[in-house]
Amino acid sequence: MVTAQSQPQSKETEQYNVIGTRPIRHDGVDKVTGAAQYGADLSLPGMLAGRVLRSPHAHARIVSIDTSKAEALDGVKAVITNADFPRAADAEIDTGEGTANLRWVLDNVIASDKVLYKGHAVAAVAATDHHIAEDALELIEVKYDVLTPVLDVRDAMVDGSPLLHDSLHTKELDGSTSDSASNTASHLQFTKGDTEDGFAEADVVIEREFETSMAHQGYIEPHNGTAYWRADGTLDIWTSTQGAFVVRDSVAPLLQLSPSQVKVTPMEIGGGFGGKIPVYLEPLAALLSQKTGRPVKLTMNREEVLLATGPTSGTYMRVRMGAKNDGTITAADVHLAFEAGAYPGSPVGAGAMCSLAPYDIANQKIDGYDVVVNKPKTAAYRAPGAPQAEFATESVLNELAEQIGQDPLEMRLKNASVEGNTTAAGMPFGVIGNVECMTAAQESPHWQSELEGPNRGRGVAQGFWFNIGFESSAYAQVNGDGTVPLVLGSTDIGGTRASIAMQLAETLGISSDDVHPHVVDTNSVGYTQVTGGSRTTFAGGWAAYECAMDIRKQMEQRAAQVWECEADDVTYGDDAIIRGPADEDGNDRQFTFKELAGQLATSGGHIVGRADVNKTSSGPAFATHIVDVEVDPDTGKVDILRYTAVQDAGTAIHPAYVEGQMQGGVAQGVGMALNEEYFYDDSGDLKNASLLDYRMPTALDLPMIEPIIVEVPNPGHPYGVRGVGEVPIIPPAPAVRAAIANAIGVHMTELPMSPRAILDATVLDED
Amino acid sequence: MQAVKYARAESVEDAVRLLQEGGDGARPLAGGTDVIVQARERTRDIDLFVDIKHIPEVVDIQHGADGSLTIGAATPCYQIYGDDTIAERFPILVDSCSLIGGTAIQGRASLGGNLCNSSPAADGIPSLIVLEAQVEIAGPNGRRTVAVEDFCTSPGRNVLGSGEFVVSLSFPAPAEGSGARFLRFIPRNEMDIAVTNAATQLRLNGDGSVAWARVAIGAVAPTPLLVSEAAEALVGQPLSEDSIAAAAAASRAAASPIDDMRGSIRQRVHLAGVLTERTIRQAAERAA
Repeated sequence: MVTAQSQPQSKETEQYNVIGTRPIRHDGVDKVTGAAQYGADLSLPGMLAGRVLRSPHAHARIVSIDTSKAEALDGVKAVITNADFPRAADAEIDTGEGTANLRWVLDNVIASDKVLYKGHAVAAVAATDHHIAEDALELIEVKYDVLTPVLDVRDAMVDGSPLLHDSLHTKELDGSTSDSASNTASHLQFTKGDTEDGFAEADVVIEREFETSMAHQGYIEPHNGTAYWRADGTLDIWTSTQGAFVVRDSVAPLLQLSPSQVKVTPMEIGGGFGGKIPVYLEPLAALLSQKTGRPVKLTMNREEVLLATGPTSGTYMRVRMGAKNDGTITAADVHLAFEAGAYPGSPVGAGAMCSLAPYDIANQKIDGYDVVVNKPKTAAYRAPGAPQAEFATESVLNELAEQIGQDPLEMRLKNASVEGNTTAAGMPFGVIGNVECMTAAQESPHWQSELEGPNRGRGVAQGFWFNIGFESSAYAQVNGDGTVPLVLGSTDIGGTRASIAMQLAETLGISSDDVHPHVVDTNSVGYTQVTGGSRTTFAGGWAAYECAMDIRKQMEQRAAQVWECEADDVTYGDDAIIRGPADEDGNDRQFTFKELAGQLATSGGHIVGRADVNKTSSGPAFATHIVDVEVDPDTGKVDILRYTAVQDAGTAIHPAYVEGQMQGGVAQGVGMALNEEYFYDDSGDLKNASLLDYRMPTALDLPMIEPIIVEVPNPGHPYGVRGVGEVPIIPPAPAVRAAIANAIGVHMTELPMSPRAILDATVLDED
Repeated sequence: MQAVKYARAESVEDAVRLLQEGGDGARPLAGGTDVIVQARERTRDIDLFVDIKHIPEVVDIQHGADGSLTIGAATPCYQIYGDDTIAERFPILVDSCSLIGGTAIQGRASLGGNLCNSSPAADGIPSLIVLEAQVEIAGPNGRRTVAVEDFCTSPGRNVLGSGEFVVSLSFPAPAEGSGARFLRFIPRNEMDIAVTNAATQLRLNGDGSVAWARVAIGAVAPTPLLVSEAAEALVGQPLSEDSIAAAAAASRAAASPIDDMRGSIRQRVHLAGVLTERTIRQAAERAA
């Protein structure tokens, strides 16, 4: 087997042949040679180039749109606005990580009566080339009645605030809706015990308020979408997406097509992190193609990506937490107000459910508010809602530990959720690795080391994410040479071709290199949910396991047929040897997998395995992170000196990719902690819509991030998988905040903790 | 991007003629790291690029026998910081040229382009100012020379007239006992535009007192600024905490920045002082 690194398997994976090893990914050669096909690489005969006209205002009523001059420009083939779409029904559709109102989905794709954020799509053009399409945009005349924008979640919740939607009423806790229209779409609450009693028991109570900025997923590949509406009424779409079926099921109702008329081919994807789940360009490309009868390709530039896609919510949060002097947390009151962007649907619910999950706290009250503001509609972003909510709760917990004088990891261990505990949201924990992560962190060389030097500090934080299964399918066939092409519906973002193929190989007892995974279109594989929620290796691996078991059974039957014996007397061993009863002469009969594969064609035909699994079970993931920082007190700049990420992966199928996920999550979490923010002026104009001024960390801004994989296998999965992608983005911000406080004695209350924010809180603090 | 024409100039005279014929839509092209982006994003109206980087004089590094230096305006940054004599005599140019853009950008970007783009936050200009650079300009009326601190007039604008372009930058030989340092502050460690930047050149007498000094700050005013008051606070006495603090205060007083996504007014004024202090200390280390 070709391996990236010849490292020994972990103790937990020694029992396996393939799981726990580090084979080179199946798509690796195409990726490094540039042969892999991304959406922007696509070229079809007669293809037109599209561009989107976007609103210059954050909040305005559209008075009129005149496209006649643009349509008259030589080379322009079609111009569309919202009015060209069929009227969308007032219905909920599945959008991959939740549901959304179809009318609002359409209005976000292309504005109808109002524009609700700067960059909101207003019209789209298809022309013979990109430059003509761009020229045509300047010829579209849109008259706006500019309205006052609402840019901050707290402003939006105030009575009398300008309203984004006249039809939006607050969904209250009792299920009723508010009488008057509001920017608050919903209020949710989770409670456990009685917080008043809990705070009365506490020796120390700390309350803090936090504000966090919107942050973008920051995938390097911009959105793209190509569509060809065929003469027979079927629609082909090629796009960069985390879920081809979700694109199909979103686009079809927007165009009033049956899903069976739409085929979506997922191209290779240059990052998604949740932001490549919603549709933006695909419906526009489809309608432009219908109008022109030609394929139409739309691509975004970086400015459009930042103006009009993603991000995750900006928030206002308030946390009150009480503890006894021995470190027992007695009560926690959490208030979360999340910006949904222009349409309802922030991840506040998930944030609320995660906020206190690592701890068994007797008395809890968690309130969440989903609030619309004149900013882009938020999309899922790696553990949606959890980085913000857990930033608030972990930060207050760290301050409590500091005030009580207890080691922050000891305090966490004292209150840690364990098997049998139930969260305030009613989620019971089975076998989890919460304590194991904390203990591994305590034992790590990093935690054991001394940190020396002025303006340096160390911080620690915990993180939790659910990881739920849902639907995945897999098909596999057995070739005559014993290789197994594996057909998947999950777009491969983080090495999931490899992690799923490895589970198929393990089950069949063959080499990972003999499995050839392929990601295919929606007509060529069974329904598969999005690549998201850290579900793909979990549910896709489960589908691969069942698919392999299907093949094993058929191989047993085939061997029985060849040997003319009962199938029940044939066993497929984990060593990929198919053994039957002794022949008439008393000789053992057996086939290797490859031997039998070579006889399939002549013994009755080839074998195809298949599986479709739909698992509502989860594999909760926990992480403990430790960070050392140095703060320049004169400039407010924070340098990350050392970082250790501990995480329970359940079973690490491919440890190198688990480590990659952990390191990537940390990089994004540090970005949110230190510099990533949406910078709006008072008119709602996003002033930093470029990767120059939207500051994600570069390679020079991070040290080598040391991963420590803990393996507490998930008993609810054939191979113990939990899912690993999301939880590592959660602990960085509160850990960095604690490290800054340890370094310079200042507890920051906002994200990002940029040099500007730190100067404002220190040398420039005028209060 | 608009459709643009491209013309390659073979001589200074050729370039002047092409620029003159091209009128307002003509723009000299050196590395193109600013102007091509501006054309693509339609932030400048450009219909003709006149490529000046094939004119020998414009891509040349000349060391004078007296220790002076002339750098062709289109000479890419990597050639400047890769020149051993520049590294030895003018290390502040290495400071600037290795910070403009990133490694790939430095393969094309030039000091002349950085100057002509005339950004208040340019990472080349404060160094040019403290080195007393003279800007050699060619145009329809022949050649003229402008002191670099007088070159920029407002963000994105400068003294170049129609048909004019910058041929080269000339630097006097650094006097014995002098040292210079450029620093910028950015929130990350790479790939960013200065929140504030600063440069100092000073000359120390044998007794350690400051004989001469020049201080410049950037991203705190419509153009990079020469801060004479900061230099005056240093000259005629040994460097001390008090004199350095006075120079830093002079920089803060000279700063009149804007509030934007890269920095607040308070932050930039504060950083003008911090960076002035740090460049003074590090220039003195180089002088010693």
